[in-house]
Amino acid sequence: MIEFQTEKPIFDIMAAAKQPEMDGAQALIKTLDELGVEYVFGYSGGAALPIFDALETVATNMKFVLTRHEQGATHMADGYARATGKPAVVLVTSGPGAGNTITGIMTAQMDSVPMIIITGQQVTWMLGKDAFQEADIFGITIPVVKHNYLVRETNELPRIAREAHHIATTGRPGPVLVDVPKNVSQSPFTGDLDVEIDLPGYNPEAAYHFDVDSVEEAARLINAAKKPVVLAGHGAMIAGAESELMEFAEKRGCPVTSTLLGKGVFPETHPLSLGMLGMHGTAYANKAMVECDLIFNVGSRFDDRIIGQADKFGAQAKIIHIDIDPSEMGKMIKPDLGIVGDAKAVLTALIPMVEKGDTKGWLDHLDGYRKKYPLAYKKQGGLRMQQVLDEIYELTDGDAIVTTDVGQHQMWAAQFYRNDASWMWLSSGGAGTMGFGFPAAIGAQFACPDATVIAVCGDGGFQMTLCELATAVIHKLPIKILVLNNHYLGMVRQWQELFFDNRESGVDLLGNPDFVKLAEAYGAKGINIKRPADVQKKLQEALDYNEGPVLINAECVKTDNVFPMIPAGAALEDMLTEPPKRKMEKPVGST
Amino acid sequence: MSRTIPTTDKKPKPRPDIVGGHTLSMYVNNKPGVLMRICQVFARRAYNIDSLVVSQGRDPRFSRLTLGISGDPAGLPQIILQCDKLIDVIHCHEHLPADAVVRELAMIKVHVPDAERRTEVLQIVEHFGGKTVDLTERSMIIRIEGASDKVDAAIRLLGNYEIIETVRTGKVVMARGEQGT
Repeated sequence: MIEFQTEKPIFDIMAAAKQPEMDGAQALIKTLDELGVEYVFGYSGGAALPIFDALETVATNMKFVLTRHEQGATHMADGYARATGKPAVVLVTSGPGAGNTITGIMTAQMDSVPMIIITGQQVTWMLGKDAFQEADIFGITIPVVKHNYLVRETNELPRIAREAHHIATTGRPGPVLVDVPKNVSQSPFTGDLDVEIDLPGYNPEAAYHFDVDSVEEAARLINAAKKPVVLAGHGAMIAGAESELMEFAEKRGCPVTSTLLGKGVFPETHPLSLGMLGMHGTAYANKAMVECDLIFNVGSRFDDRIIGQADKFGAQAKIIHIDIDPSEMGKMIKPDLGIVGDAKAVLTALIPMVEKGDTKGWLDHLDGYRKKYPLAYKKQGGLRMQQVLDEIYELTDGDAIVTTDVGQHQMWAAQFYRNDASWMWLSSGGAGTMGFGFPAAIGAQFACPDATVIAVCGDGGFQMTLCELATAVIHKLPIKILVLNNHYLGMVRQWQELFFDNRESGVDLLGNPDFVKLAEAYGAKGINIKRPADVQKKLQEALDYNEGPVLINAECVKTDNVFPMIPAGAALEDMLTEPPKRKMEKPVGST
Repeated sequence: MSRTIPTTDKKPKPRPDIVGGHTLSMYVNNKPGVLMRICQVFARRAYNIDSLVVSQGRDPRFSRLTLGISGDPAGLPQIILQCDKLIDVIHCHEHLPADAVVRELAMIKVHVPDAERRTEVLQIVEHFGGKTVDLTERSMIIRIEGASDKVDAAIRLLGNYEIIETVRTGKVVMARGEQGT
């Protein structure tokens, strides 16, 4: 049978031709908006032109923030995600633009932070021909992403954007990069926007189908323990297991220590909190790890800065490890019992099986250490970073979002700025990325406009991303930038003092600018603190200023050292609580 | 006029610190870049891929990989989990020789300049159930199929003659019985 098609009236055809057809970039931006993305941090460039244009031509709820460097964009998206649990988008161009995102992507990957990075790319027929601003960012970033894509078909963009969002935010979160060649983004889109994802090799739901027998076994081990300790990590926070953790700890009478990234998942002012453990953790947390008979790890990956010498860690104790990532089981420490699952779901199943325990003797014993080895600092002999941090903690009632760079100031901030809630402590833990603190604070302030956001920076780290002062000023973000200035790369200098006969090499930051004038040059407010007696007044002045960013330059003692300290690769019992009297061996661990 | 024929295949020196002979099977997405992700998992942890076979599965959306690897045996369970974690990897298993059929194919080019040596080589080929797939006045190419140790043994014996070069496909593996690979 032959069917004859009736011809369309000519005006219908003309109307269709006039209809602005959607291109790939517009389909991409529309999809990201539908996924609930709120912020796009980025830096424009040639290969990303169609996508930047789509930001103007598609009506969305997304806000675009132009940064001053692509690394800043990634850290802003990271800070936004750490403050909210939701991913932001990083949008940059190809070649150097994409290359500049790598440190930020690696930082997010190491700390399980969701992020979607969209990079422009050369047109597909030029790929592999060393064309202008062509970089194989797909190949370059494979080791530092949870997953990545090089898009070859325009109609695949919505599906890939949905998959990227799904992968970034589920299971163990992480960054997902989508590389979009210019011809792919600017070709007409003729596909379906509302398309299903197709990920046969990815099953985050498995985290909720853990082995119930293992949970019973965990309860048996926990109930039998006389001296238990909970080690709470970032995974507990991502799972939203705060109330379960509290219920468990109070029911069992179990002290809780947290990792650097777990700070706040259990309130640090709670009597059962031992604060942070590890290389520069509290002496009482580390003593507890050495003397306990059960380590109950909830969502921590047993980082090398926590366990020290692996074969001695928890050798006296039973170890239970809950982690959502199967590949963390036995990676660093072989647990007596491992449960692959979501921390909240496992704790919820476990709590009814846990018996109330009498741990008074154990808690009193740990309190003895608390009194013997308090976190303290000298108030004489110049301005100390610890005092500035201690005072800003008091002035803000511990209620600020604190971001940090990496080094001495970071460790002192972790010790003295106690966190009572999740998502308030934003620090680059795994990657140890200097320059993270300030842009992360920008992301956090966008996420939480009413919160007090403090970027605790060293003079070294701040200078790595200080160009984002412009971004903060333009958006009038009232961030308190606390530059704890000792004119040194202090942590490296500390290692050289302790382990390399005090031979300073590559640590003297001679040539630091006048940070107050620098802030003023960008249109921000600058405040100097030089004397210990001025700290409170000057910090209050900074906290009261809400017209835009304020930089506080605190001129601190140049050669102070962070204690307690466990030399890298040493056992926890080899912790130093004060400067060593004898010459130290070079550490076996790397950092 | 004499002609020297370069031999490109040399016997490897034994390495006591690594253990070889592990066979992994993976079912992966059939897309560009997947192999790169997998190779990085091994390279980052100082494992060597001794053999690698990739081919499209019955369902063309997926590929089947068989890898022969060597490295620190203590790290192997971790490697398998890290591979399994890749979004593009559907599953990854180790196959022990007792539970799986492992086969490979080798072509060996031997220098046989006279009839006497040709006859001797043909006897070896016959013993291993091999085939002669190319024959000239001075050389022959022999095809041997079977388990890796059989291929090893054939190459060892042929080594008494002048081997010009060898090419091996690498191992392919299939689980025995009804068990999936």
